[in-house]
Amino acid sequence: MSATLEKGLHALREVIDAPIASYFSSCVHCGLCADACLFHTETGDPRYTPIYKLEPLRRVYEQEYTLLGRVKKLVGLAKPVDDAMLDAWQDLVYDSCTLCGRCSLVCPVGNDIVYMVRKLREGMAASGHTPDGIRSATRRTVEIGGPMGLKWPAVANVLRKAEEATGLKIPVDQPGADYLVLLSSMEIVNYPEYIEALAKIFHKAGLTFTVSSDAFEATNAGIQIGASDLARTIVTRIVEAAERLQVKHVLSPECGHAYMAIRWEGPNLIGRPFRFEVVHVLELLDELRRKGVLKMKDTFKDPLILHDPCQIVRRGGVLEAPEQLIRQVADNYIPVVDQQKWNWCCGGGGGASAIHTEEAEALRAKAFQVKKRQIESAGVDTMVTFCANCRIVIEEAFDHYQMDTKLLGLTELLAEHLEN
Amino acid sequence: MDALQLLTWARGPGLDLALGIFVLGVVWRLIEVYSLGRKRDLAPARQHPGASGLRTVLRRSLPPPGMLKASPVSYVGGFVFHIGLALVVFLFAPHILLIKSLTGLSWPGLPSQFIDMVAVLTMMAMLVILADRINKPVKRFLSTFGDWFAWVVTFLPVLTGWMAVQHLLLPYTLMLALHILSAELLLAVLPFTKLFHAITLFGSRWYSGRINAHKGVPV
Repeated sequence: MSATLEKGLHALREVIDAPIASYFSSCVHCGLCADACLFHTETGDPRYTPIYKLEPLRRVYEQEYTLLGRVKKLVGLAKPVDDAMLDAWQDLVYDSCTLCGRCSLVCPVGNDIVYMVRKLREGMAASGHTPDGIRSATRRTVEIGGPMGLKWPAVANVLRKAEEATGLKIPVDQPGADYLVLLSSMEIVNYPEYIEALAKIFHKAGLTFTVSSDAFEATNAGIQIGASDLARTIVTRIVEAAERLQVKHVLSPECGHAYMAIRWEGPNLIGRPFRFEVVHVLELLDELRRKGVLKMKDTFKDPLILHDPCQIVRRGGVLEAPEQLIRQVADNYIPVVDQQKWNWCCGGGGGASAIHTEEAEALRAKAFQVKKRQIESAGVDTMVTFCANCRIVIEEAFDHYQMDTKLLGLTELLAEHLEN
Repeated sequence: MDALQLLTWARGPGLDLALGIFVLGVVWRLIEVYSLGRKRDLAPARQHPGASGLRTVLRRSLPPPGMLKASPVSYVGGFVFHIGLALVVFLFAPHILLIKSLTGLSWPGLPSQFIDMVAVLTMMAMLVILADRINKPVKRFLSTFGDWFAWVVTFLPVLTGWMAVQHLLLPYTLMLALHILSAELLLAVLPFTKLFHAITLFGSRWYSGRINAHKGVPV
């Protein structure tokens, strides 16, 4: 499908609903959202003010859905949204917005700004104003199955290695399992320990699980780029596999945007509720903790802080589980000032980490300074998180700033200290 | 037209016109905004204490953690000017008389010396936030004609009202006429400018609270 301005404008008209109309009608240009956005706080550039990133959508709203705007358009006083404008906004909508949603928490008139950025991306995608990196990740996910172009034989190989390392069976395409386990390519490639950790925990809990050979990928680049039709295609694979295998639960991996895609956007993309329950891995772990299954043989001693991934915590609603779980395994957990739903993004969510232009990478490194300050003011050498994408972004930033902070995955940390 | 004729027009046809535009404008804009509706969220909801539309309507009246420090002028100035404006508009005895003549509703007012002081504070706060809009890079960058215009039409009724009461600059009759006319301008433009936030902010906060409460996040 070729992208055109016409399609983009149509998409923007389509996404505008009462909340968006209400939000634009309420904005008083106070600029407080800028203080909540790491791309603004770390650069001081007013262009990165969250509400400003929505200008193309606001313009379409004004010109199409308000009496005054229509009159202005009629007499030629309104500036239309054109390709040049959308092109100029591309870096604001993708490079400098990770859909982290911190801005939505501070707006005094209550505007859910990130809700609107997500919708604006529909118009950007339909008009072809998207970063190459996210576009190719989306294409690979639709055509091959995952954003990194990973095919099943490679995944099967990783699973086999995890079986060897743990001595536990990882069932594939097994009907009737308690959980269908989804993975993100980044975990499969960079953090296969996660898979071993899961196998151990499931074994310990006496729960059955399976991996599907045609729906192992949980991430959804279609959502990040803003193409709902592609996002639907991607999520449908999981729905079909889960329903065919008749599993009760689908287990979202740590990856935040994957959780958003399957748990919150999924049913809305396919237009009906699921016949299974979507559970984030931390929700499952916390349930096991409460049941007393998650007993530790020993604890992690080094002082550490937690990095709460936006899409799981602030945007996903898994609010309390992470802290409960870290307290289960760590002796010296230090809560940071802006924690839980107030946490600062790693700087690379929402598809941003797939953009590899020099400008985007430099901006990401700059935005990371807020996280760097959090680590330094806590005075710790260890940070724990639970999102493969955050981990990659943070590790890149550690390299950039030559920091020797250790970064650990929460699920793996728990599995490592799990009682045998 | 002399001052008295102007005052008579402002109190009679002028007021009817302004109120007419205000009421029809508000109704029209509300329909324009809220008739767009929204799709039902098909994902199963998560419950969390404190997460609801209503809670967000209330919660957003106070600065979130860390924000007061980040932008003290916006919050302190904003509070003083909004509260001051509400006190002056609704608790000044002559205003209550006007509202009574229009709606039949009435309530006790505040002493006029107190209102006087509040009006001065309100104007000072408005001048401070205007200076902030000019000085602060983000605010200056975001500002459009609509922002300056909204400031002027909000400031004028306070200024002229205070000057009329104080018998400053112009004869009382003329200043009162200007005060009423400026208030009528404010009423007439409210539905079509950012001043409409006075009404839609409740809807916006509620939507935001509700959409996020569905995911179990108190926002």
